Amino acid sequence: MRYIESAVTLEFDAARCNGCGLCVQVCPHAVFAMEDRRAVLVDRGACMECGACARNCDPGAISVRAGVGCAAGVLAGALAGTEPTCGCSGDSSSSCC
Amino acid sequence: MANAEDEARPSGPSPRPRSEPGTLLPTVKAAGAEPRCCGGPPPRDQLPEPPRASWIDGAVKTVVGDVPRVRTALSRRDRLGAVRARWGVGRMRYRVRPGLYAVGAPRADSPVLVSANYKLSFDHLRRALGGRDAWILVLDTRGINVWCAAGKGTFGTDEIVRRVQGASLGNVVSHRTLIVPQLGAPGVSAHEVRRRCGFRVVYGPVRAADLPAFLDDGLKASPQMRRVRFDLRDRVILVPVEVVTGGKFALLVAAGFLLLGGLGPHGYSLGAVRLVGLSAAALALGAFLGGAILGPTLLPWLPGRALSLKGAVLGLILAAAVAAIGWLGPGLGLGLGLGPEPGPGPAGSWLHLAAWGLMIPAVTSFVVMNFTGATTYTSLSGVLREMRIAVPAQIVVGALGLALWVTGLFLNKGGAA
Repeated sequence: MRYIESAVTLEFDAARCNGCGLCVQVCPHAVFAMEDRRAVLVDRGACMECGACARNCDPGAISVRAGVGCAAGVLAGALAGTEPTCGCSGDSSSSCC
Repeated sequence: MANAEDEARPSGPSPRPRSEPGTLLPTVKAAGAEPRCCGGPPPRDQLPEPPRASWIDGAVKTVVGDVPRVRTALSRRDRLGAVRARWGVGRMRYRVRPGLYAVGAPRADSPVLVSANYKLSFDHLRRALGGRDAWILVLDTRGINVWCAAGKGTFGTDEIVRRVQGASLGNVVSHRTLIVPQLGAPGVSAHEVRRRCGFRVVYGPVRAADLPAFLDDGLKASPQMRRVRFDLRDRVILVPVEVVTGGKFALLVAAGFLLLGGLGPHGYSLGAVRLVGLSAAALALGAFLGGAILGPTLLPWLPGRALSLKGAVLGLILAAAVAAIGWLGPGLGLGLGLGPEPGPGPAGSWLHLAAWGLMIPAVTSFVVMNFTGATTYTSLSGVLREMRIAVPAQIVVGALGLALWVTGLFLNKGGAA
């Protein structure tokens, strides 16, 4: 299944890649692949913005607005006047966590 | 993210508790020292104490003391606990005490696997390690699974470093490798963990069931092991908790319809509650259940990318079914209570059909949209984008439907009288 691809905020600066390959390993949607010992963005639209790649990129070549794509969390955040917070530690939210 | 908060938190008279190396005494948890995230976790004293837990079958002696050894076969009690958690019963209290555990007869060179302290996650892991010798380092994720805890940062760099040091892991094992589940990666920075505690993070497969292959293959995961899926089974298993959590609210709404159904041009009547209110309550509840059960189940086959759109389409189909029954029902003995003369009768009936044609899609759109939090592929930016359009639309369409329905209440009996 694919989601709203044009909304994805993932950015990759190939010039800063050190070729460690961690982004390829941690991405659950195969957004990155290794080519000539460098990472390449092969399926940006599949990104779910979990942030795993950016957090594990030592040279900081990856940026993304990481967060949980959870409507209940966004609503909870909007009602509480905060950032989207996945309400998954309360019994009240959907099963996002 | 949450890591920064954690850093600043252990202040005041009761410092953040750590599992003391070499002791199995329950650590005293400092109330209020933990971040309270939306509702907050229950008190820590509800955690089972490992020495008494049914899934502990002994202890392994190490240089830092006895480490509890866990069974790798799940008992009936473990399975029952899993079913209860899936239905949302005590889900937030289904926890394992954080710290170090042993599987089999681990030695200094046995692998260390990191887990969350949601018992369902922990159980998946220990079952996958049957017949092996390993260490399990359980992080305190406040009873949340690995992926979601990683999203919040509770399964994260800080907590790993804290537990590695708290368990004196460097003295227990001779190597310096931690196997962290891949879905923990949103919270973990492998290079920071190495910098701060000397342990190298190797990301394991997404599913615990692939761990044996991963371990046997020299800590290599195939591309397939690195992909999350969202198959029919993965989606259907989430339905119960969707139904239970949203169901409370749906019942309230249904009760509202039941009571409102008594209204009519001649005042309030219990007969109308029975005739109109009851079926309206059933339709409201049916719309919720339709969204919560059919939405996740039929997700890939519903048209559109936005889940709110998929839900709206599902609602239109359900509304068409309701209209068909409303039309044909009387002949079949299936009164929908759309009026004293259901079907193409008095104006009120038509209004009610139109009202449900609006309200049902509004409800299912909302319910399926909320399933975004349970999917494995929706991005925050995408959710924000669809909500900007969907939420106002759901409110307007739902309110319009409700207005038509209330209007219909007063026309119905007028038309019949």
